[in-house]
Amino acid sequence: MTALFTDRPGGRTSVRLRRFAGALGRFLGAVVLTYLGLLAVTFFIGRVIPIDPVLAIVGDRAPEHVIQRVREELGLNLPLWKQFVIYLGKVLQGDFGTSVLSSNPVMQDIRRVFPATLELATLGTVIGAGIGIPLGVWAAVRRGGIADQLVRVMALIGYSVPIFWLGLMALVVFYARLGWVGGPGRIDVVYEYTVTPWSGIMLLDTAIAGEWEAFANALSHLILPASLLGYFSMAYISRMTRSFMLNELAQEYIVTARAKGLSESRIIWRHALRNAAVPLVTVVALSYAGLLEGSVLTETVFAWPGLGLYITNSLQNADMNAVLGGTIVVGSVFIGLNLLSDLLYRTLDPRTRAR
Amino acid sequence: MSILLDVQNLKVAFPNRDGDYVEAVRGVSFALGRERLGIVGESGSGKSQTGRAILGLTAPQARVSADRLTFDGIDLLKASPAERRALRGARIGMVLQDPKYSLNPVMNVGNQIVEALQAHRKVGDREAREQALAMLAAVQIDRPARVFDLYPHEVSGGMGQRVMIAMMLIAEPDLLIADEPTSALDVTVQLQVLSILDRLVAERGMGLIFISHDLRLVSSFCDRVLVMYAGRVVEEIAAADLGAAQHAYTRGLLSCLPRLGEHRHPLPVLSRDPEWAR
Repeated sequence: MTALFTDRPGGRTSVRLRRFAGALGRFLGAVVLTYLGLLAVTFFIGRVIPIDPVLAIVGDRAPEHVIQRVREELGLNLPLWKQFVIYLGKVLQGDFGTSVLSSNPVMQDIRRVFPATLELATLGTVIGAGIGIPLGVWAAVRRGGIADQLVRVMALIGYSVPIFWLGLMALVVFYARLGWVGGPGRIDVVYEYTVTPWSGIMLLDTAIAGEWEAFANALSHLILPASLLGYFSMAYISRMTRSFMLNELAQEYIVTARAKGLSESRIIWRHALRNAAVPLVTVVALSYAGLLEGSVLTETVFAWPGLGLYITNSLQNADMNAVLGGTIVVGSVFIGLNLLSDLLYRTLDPRTRAR
Repeated sequence: MSILLDVQNLKVAFPNRDGDYVEAVRGVSFALGRERLGIVGESGSGKSQTGRAILGLTAPQARVSADRLTFDGIDLLKASPAERRALRGARIGMVLQDPKYSLNPVMNVGNQIVEALQAHRKVGDREAREQALAMLAAVQIDRPARVFDLYPHEVSGGMGQRVMIAMMLIAEPDLLIADEPTSALDVTVQLQVLSILDRLVAERGMGLIFISHDLRLVSSFCDRVLVMYAGRVVEEIAAADLGAAQHAYTRGLLSCLPRLGEHRHPLPVLSRDPEWAR
């Protein structure tokens, strides 16, 4: 650190740049290694499970020579390491094989189901963090007050009530009884083919097409499952925000801020929350990743054609290509969000910037 | 000398688990003009809590009472939270012990100084920056423009404490409470920071409450010394007369100070008499 003060003017920028490049290099290396690990795991899972991919294709009454031929076509007669290299090459080209269940390329299936999950998870996280963080801050500031009790009870319900039950109840009340929201599915059948699925994200597609009626309809379908997922992530995020805030509010720099005569709201939002935001990034990112995995139960209750439902269906039908493809997507989501939270760390906390 | 701060029978009590109150400060009285008052005492003697009570920074669950607690004629006990906040930073500043913890780690030091100024004065960003840079120069920081953009973890302890002093003096308060401002610093840096503090306090004609456990430091730096023990002032004495202190506790503290070339076996131990705390 002394060097920072003694080196020539302007030297600091180049030092920072070099350090940044180094950090970036290390980071990319870590990403590549993590990916290799992920692919190795999915590959070997595919090899060790007692499901014969050949039998899944030809059926169990096929003659021996057919089985043999298909085995060779699939490359299953090659040594394991060669199979892995071939598998790597295919995955890198986005080729996850063909789904037995849908007879589509797995990639095509995932392009269809992942946007549905992405839309649901994103809105769920926006709701969860958008309400959970302020609520957690409020609970910490008024410790023992109404908000604190509310957060406690909410978190308790969130942890203890099964999501499918709450989902069904929500459907009964808001859809069947009150008719405030759209029912299961992503959009009413009427609108199903009016919009070209450009991104697969319903809200985006309908907005781009300018079909505002369809947009409103899609939103009315989305809002209930998203609120439900949002509730569960809010329960978690608000609890974590509360505890991070309590920790920050007890720090000495808060005493300094008070001694300077800053307003209470500035102390809470600009000083304490700004510091609490650093660990919160991880919490929100993990909760988002959890939702992006696809929540099977919610997707089942709301007939939401998402990733969780897809992977579960494939698993039940021994459709290994689809399962492994889905697993890679989930793994990529985790790696991607880790990358993102790492970058956010760097912007939020000067102490983590390239050393 | 006109009286800036008048404290009569100040008490600060904290609730314990059983709901009883434990008194940390038990009837402290003193009056302060634009002079330097040292408060010494061991850990837990209530010296820090006395300082915080004056600023209104006592923890909310604690109970503060006094026969009189006035600052420049303003009754601090009757003042609203907003009025007390308006005093903090603007008319009474406080320097805390360790800049490692007392500066916000995610805000650069310049903005922390600017913020202290803008909390009390309607000053534009550019003007505030200019003033902050001037203040950094006043605490003898060499390249203020560069230090302005540094984060607390990028500055040394001595520099951090000078930043802290700059931050607390920028709104030109009348009284500064320095709570062990040099205890966390290296001995070599301590004197440097103290001389800066000394010069600024003298130049601006401020009152200073210097809280410390370092008797020698306090006696060389202050006009008057309060010796606290178990929440009470056991002796008040002019710093120059410290050698002639009457109270057994003060004499005990003094005899703890080692001198070069002196052999002492066994080491003197502070004697504590429950009578003093009565």
